[in-house]
Amino acid sequence: MFAELFSIVFQFADVFAFLILAAAGLAIIFGMMGIINMAHGEFIMCGIYVTVIGVQNGLPLPVAQACGALTAGLIGVILERTIIYRLYDRPLDSILATWGISLIVTQGMLVTMGSSWPGIGTPTGSFAVGVYTFSTYRLVLFAAAVVVMIGIYILFMRTSFGTLARATMQNPQMARALGVRTPRVYAASFGVGAALAGLCGALYAPTMTLIPTMGITFIVEAFVTVVVGGSNVLLGTVPAAVVLGVIRTSLNAWHGQIVGQIGMLIAVILVIRVLPEGVSGWLARRAR
Amino acid sequence: MRKNSMTRALLAGFSALAMLAAVAPHAQGQEKIKIGLLEDISGDLALLGMPKLHGSQLALEEINAKGGIMGRQIELIHLDPQGDNARYQEFARRLIQRDKVDVLIGGITSASREALRPIVNRADKLYIYTNQYEGGVCDGNMISVGAVPEQQLSTLIPWMVEKFGKRVYTVAADYNFGQLTAEWTRDLLKKAGGEVIGQEFIPLGVSQFGQTIQNIQKAKPDWLMMLNVGAAQDSFFEQAAAAKLNLPMGSPIKVMLGFEHKRFKPPALENMHAVANWFEEIDTPAARDFKKRWRAKFPNETYINDMGYNAYVAMYMYKMLVETAKSTDKNAIRKVIATGNACIDSPEGKICIDPKSQHTSHHMRLIGVKADHSVEVIKDFGVIQPYWLGEIGCDLTKADPKEQYAPSNLPKKK
Repeated sequence: MFAELFSIVFQFADVFAFLILAAAGLAIIFGMMGIINMAHGEFIMCGIYVTVIGVQNGLPLPVAQACGALTAGLIGVILERTIIYRLYDRPLDSILATWGISLIVTQGMLVTMGSSWPGIGTPTGSFAVGVYTFSTYRLVLFAAAVVVMIGIYILFMRTSFGTLARATMQNPQMARALGVRTPRVYAASFGVGAALAGLCGALYAPTMTLIPTMGITFIVEAFVTVVVGGSNVLLGTVPAAVVLGVIRTSLNAWHGQIVGQIGMLIAVILVIRVLPEGVSGWLARRAR
Repeated sequence: MRKNSMTRALLAGFSALAMLAAVAPHAQGQEKIKIGLLEDISGDLALLGMPKLHGSQLALEEINAKGGIMGRQIELIHLDPQGDNARYQEFARRLIQRDKVDVLIGGITSASREALRPIVNRADKLYIYTNQYEGGVCDGNMISVGAVPEQQLSTLIPWMVEKFGKRVYTVAADYNFGQLTAEWTRDLLKKAGGEVIGQEFIPLGVSQFGQTIQNIQKAKPDWLMMLNVGAAQDSFFEQAAAAKLNLPMGSPIKVMLGFEHKRFKPPALENMHAVANWFEEIDTPAARDFKKRWRAKFPNETYINDMGYNAYVAMYMYKMLVETAKSTDKNAIRKVIATGNACIDSPEGKICIDPKSQHTSHHMRLIGVKADHSVEVIKDFGVIQPYWLGEIGCDLTKADPKEQYAPSNLPKKK
């Protein structure tokens, strides 16, 4: 009985971590700047490849993962300063532009790096509960998801950068009038979002097949979580991940992955119908 | 003197004309044979499509260097459908209608093949499918060069039951290949005295398998039948190894097709078994020679997989058919197949096209992956005919139903 219970909790934590890590970067970029970043998967892929190549060149895994996240963040800042900043008032164009970037990057990777890359293997370590055995690394992923959420909270609620970022988000003209260098805030926010996408890739790198299009496997979950969560990453993403995680885990356990995926997508349709601004929009309206 | 040189010029002109006249019909005979090729070299299946394109290119180069087919050079028109079935259809129409290709080759997934067949049938063209697949297509327009369940599963499943046990859990991709091969697995397991105690179909593109792994542990099978498809679903192996699932596995598509043992860190693929007509570790003189030629042209190939090999063989198969028929006409070629003597010497040995089903006989070997991901040949089955379609009543020399049959969908008895 305990084993069954533990298994359910473990699987929920696993799905929750995947949703949070996949969505965090996308949620920040969407919530902060209203940009729907179609190249989100490619930032994830960047984190993955940098991590794997780092490990294969002798770096310890955590160091390589940090490099993966930082590289993605750096590329995010550069991209914001060269392309994205032109598109702040043109949301549809920003979708097209970031989608174009995504296509260029995946095909460019295919041409330069080949169609596959040898994996690095998950750090060893497993434990047994009853008949079930679990990979310890999955707990690391869950812990990372929790840390990322706490980190986002501290960054946006407890630092001066967070204050400036929220001010810019709420009223860019007023923020500028009060002396906030909004372009820098935008670049930094985009960089943070990209770095979180890179971190997601870095964390999942040891557990997956490496191909240039692998970012796509995170995209559905990332967008679904952001749609359900709404534009406020702090209020929306965590409840969204909890709700979707519970739905998906229970349906997966009940009748396999197809039902799990169908259930998750139906939940999204219902949420869009009932709460068009997502969970965070609903919470914010109730608070008012 | 002057007159003389004029006569000479005149003569030269005449002879040039005469030569042109002599050359003209010849040049018409020299028109290239056009082969339309549809292989994904971008998208999720690029890692499988790339070796397929390479196989076709290698065969093209070799055949053209030795004078082409019936003295005609061959031209490969390759389009990349990017794993999109709608594009497969669009490009197939383009190749047939605009480029007027003599034959269409390619397609990776069974979904793409089934997208192509109606178009090929309407245009009444010859189509060569080069992958191993779930079998059962009885279609006069299609020649299948890959292996089918009676070659791969009727051999693998009884051996796995005897070696590891009767209780089996199937993990399969949720589309026609996965569903039909899972059906084959149930059918053949019953005959071998085993049973499927659990099966799970996974949507394409899913990469997280925590729950699946636990469902398997709960069911306690003796071994796993792995029918997962695509790079995302391959992540199962890494995640199962990390969770110490440690179960023997069998599959008709792993190792020789997706070279997972080259892509994952050992020992993720340990104890995986497959039955294949080709895998790069085959060590016969003909295979060694073939691998040397391939590596000379494509030194960076990660793995020469069975799809790439089949794509190479398909070109020689077509050469043999056209040269025996002395024509690229589909009906003339089908008459050659109907004789039962449509055979070539390939790197795996002598293989022939079965007249009833237009599928290919193959030399099948059972391979196993060790902890260090080296591959050993466990059993050599010799040449196995693609007999199943013929047994259930498909005979393309008599009737052409253009249907795909399965154990649960047999032709109606007359």
